[in-house]
This record gives sequence, structure tokens and C-alpha cells, in this order.
Amino acid sequence: MIAVIERADVAIVGGGINGCALAYELSRRGAEVAVVERRSLTSGATGRCGAGVRQQWSARENVTLAMQSVEIFEQLSQDLGADIGFRQGGYLIAVHDEEDLRQAEKNVAMQRSLGLEVDILSPHEVTEIVPILDVEGMRAIGATFCPTDGHADPFKTTYAYAEAARRQGAHFYRFTTVTDILTDQGSVTGVRTDRGDLSAPVVVNAAGAWSKQIAAMAGVEVPNVPYKKEIIVTERMARVFDAMVISFRDGIYFSQQDEGQVLGGIPPPETVTGYHLEPTFSFLQHMAATLARYAPVLSHINVIRQWTGFYDVTPDARPILGPVEGLEGFIQCHGFSGHGFMLAPMVARLLADLIVDGAGSPILESLNLARFEDMDIEQEHSVVG
Amino acid sequence: MTIICRCEDVSEEEIMKAIEEGCRTLDELKHRLRLGMGPCQGRTCLPLAARILARETGQTMADVQMQTSRPPAVPVALGLLAGDSRD
Repeated sequence: MIAVIERADVAIVGGGINGCALAYELSRRGAEVAVVERRSLTSGATGRCGAGVRQQWSARENVTLAMQSVEIFEQLSQDLGADIGFRQGGYLIAVHDEEDLRQAEKNVAMQRSLGLEVDILSPHEVTEIVPILDVEGMRAIGATFCPTDGHADPFKTTYAYAEAARRQGAHFYRFTTVTDILTDQGSVTGVRTDRGDLSAPVVVNAAGAWSKQIAAMAGVEVPNVPYKKEIIVTERMARVFDAMVISFRDGIYFSQQDEGQVLGGIPPPETVTGYHLEPTFSFLQHMAATLARYAPVLSHINVIRQWTGFYDVTPDARPILGPVEGLEGFIQCHGFSGHGFMLAPMVARLLADLIVDGAGSPILESLNLARFEDMDIEQEHSVVG
Repeated sequence: MTIICRCEDVSEEEIMKAIEEGCRTLDELKHRLRLGMGPCQGRTCLPLAARILARETGQTMADVQMQTSRPPAVPVALGLLAGDSRD
């Protein structure tokens, strides 16, 4: 077995979208980076996710972060030199009643003030954008729609980041397990792996649902909880819609992928926390029934697979980013609560600026772990799946 | 050219190239090539791909980790699954 290199400027724990995007941004700034991944790249939440890219949020900071991410996504295939499958078919968010409508109007006004193109649609306009929807079956009175929302291929995107990072000198160690975070007098000094020690003055915890264990190795407690989430995918069919359809009330999301398959999820009827990955029949039934209610014509389409993955959930459903008090050089990049893929491009830039240039930002401040101590929390409500 | 995955149109040459570029598991081949992600869910191609992977990387077939089997065992119409629900 090849040993890991002895030292790097930054050691990143986790080879998902966030670890790989950060490796790219750091190596682009001249830092020597080593990514340590227990299995293969994308093997955690990244390779199991719905891969939607959404800018319609209820919290202002999330809209800003997502808009900046979309701006990067739009150029990313070109920047990385490989197609990432980014398509902007929009997100259509169901509005179910008057109360929903009031919240939607509030959200849309705030989103527009930030420069986002977003509209409130009538039932007729809903079916113009996604003809297979049954607005009555959805129990909806309209929707909001942002045409620049979209999705990308999580495998292509992650591998494109990793390949570009590798060309810039980053090292990737797959099938390599971090067994300890090395510290000395209040600073991190590296990571211990099953292939040897790697010393680094900066260690980034980007281990997704396993970030809690990685943090614990450094004596840092984080409030994250892993939630099991499930997804189905159907056989391929001719392209009939481009938008991602979601509902905060039903928790459902679904879209048609590049190859023609419909992929979607909904919270399983039984909430499961902890590290359980068994698919359930109750989810399959619940998802099928809800999807058939939203788009009855899909009743004839075959489901070919269901699978599971984790949301790495924080108390306010927002990520934990940046340094921690009391341990110099230990950078957090986790707790994305189901939105790690869509935020990764911008988060990677913010963290790379912080790590290489020491450049902080108000948004990183607001997402620091310390926010859970003073309980000054702005909860993000716009969560599905 | 020999087609290994008929659903996703993946050839033996493409698999060998991906292995040459560093893929070491069936999962990695799937991530790079969509191998086994089509309607048959790998029933035809995975044993063949496992054999190629073993041959090219000097592993035995027993060393090659097969992918996790996921339900449904056969494709099932969405409406059939929905029909039995209380939603």
C-alpha cells in the first residue's frame, strides 16, 4: 500500500463535492493539498444526492450564497475543463394555500431585492412550465419559479473538481481512513491515517455525515445529526420537463435528469437518525403515491431503483463553516443539511480565501460553530427531501 | 468494440481506460461511466465488468467488491406502488 505524503499545507478529510471543490480552490491559490477519503470520491452524500441547485431560500444569506454558487456553476465546465452537466431548467416551488402565498410573496420580494429572477405563477402558468403536473392533485393554488435554478451531475462535477485539483498538484488518497486528528498545544498538526501520518498546519473537516466523529477526534463537539434520506429513480423516458418540482409542505422534490429518468425524494414516513442505510418499502409507497398525485401520467413509468443517503443536519439547517475556538488550524466544512452540493462552489472559494489569505467574511462569521453557543440562530425553513 | 453495459452503452475499451486512469472498484466505474445504472441495474454488465477489473488490476474475482443490491428487484410501475398506499 502506498503511504500518504508526509506533509502538506492543508489536509482535507472527505472526498465529496465540498472536499474536492476546496482542494481545487486551494491548489489554485498555490497551497499544497492532500485529500483523504475513506472510500471512493462521491461515496457519501454527494453520489447519492438529488443534485439540485436552488437559489430560492427564505434566509437572505442563503439566497446570496446560492446566487454566488450559481454564478460559478455557470462557468464551471469551462473553468474545470470537463462537462459537469449543469442545466438551468428552473425550480418550481408549489404554493398550497393563502398562508403559503403570503410566505411566497415575502420570499420573492426579498429574493428580487437581491437581484434574483423569480415569479409567482398561476395554476395555468404552472402547467405551461411542467405540463405533466396536476395542480389540483398537488393541492396547489400556484407556485414560485426561478428559471436560473437547475441541477448538475454530482459525479461529473466532483470528478471534474478533483481532476483539475490534481493537475494543480493536489494529492488524493482514496480508501484511506483518518483514525485521529493530531494536535499540539492548541493547534492541529495533521492527521493520522491507516497509511501513515500526514502533517499539516491546517486540517479541514469535510466528512459530511461523519464530520461529528472527525470533530470528536480533535475534542471538538458539533451538534450535527445524520438523517437517513431516500430517493427513487425511474426508467428513462422522452424529455417532458426541465424544472425541478418541489413542495415544502409535502417535502417532495423531483426532476427529469439528462438521460431521461425521473429522480426524486420525500421524507420517509418514519424519521430515522443515526447511521442506517436500509431502503424502506414505506418510503417507496409514500413517494410513489405522492409523485403519482403530482404527475398522474408518471403512473405508467417503472421505478428501477431506490437508495439512501444522509443529510448531515444542524439545529438551524445551515452549514458549519470556518475555524473553531481553542484549536488553531481546524476548519469546519459540514452540516449542509441536504444542500452541500449546491453550495459547494461558493463555500470552497470562501474557505480557500480564509485559509490562504486569512480573509474572513460576514457570511463565514454567521456560519461559524460558535453561533450555537449564544443561540442567536436564524432558521432556514425552505428544506425538502 | 465490445459492449459490456448495454443499457448505458459502455464498451470494454472505456472500462479499461477508466481502470488505467485509476478506477479500482465497480462503484468507481459506475461513477465515471454510468455502468449498471440503466434499466437492468447491472444484471448483465456487472459480472462482466468485475471480471475485467480483476484481470486488469491483478485481483481475484473474490477480491472485487460487488455493488449493494437495491430494491425493487425488478422494475415496478409507479402507479402500482401508489395504488396500495393510503395517501
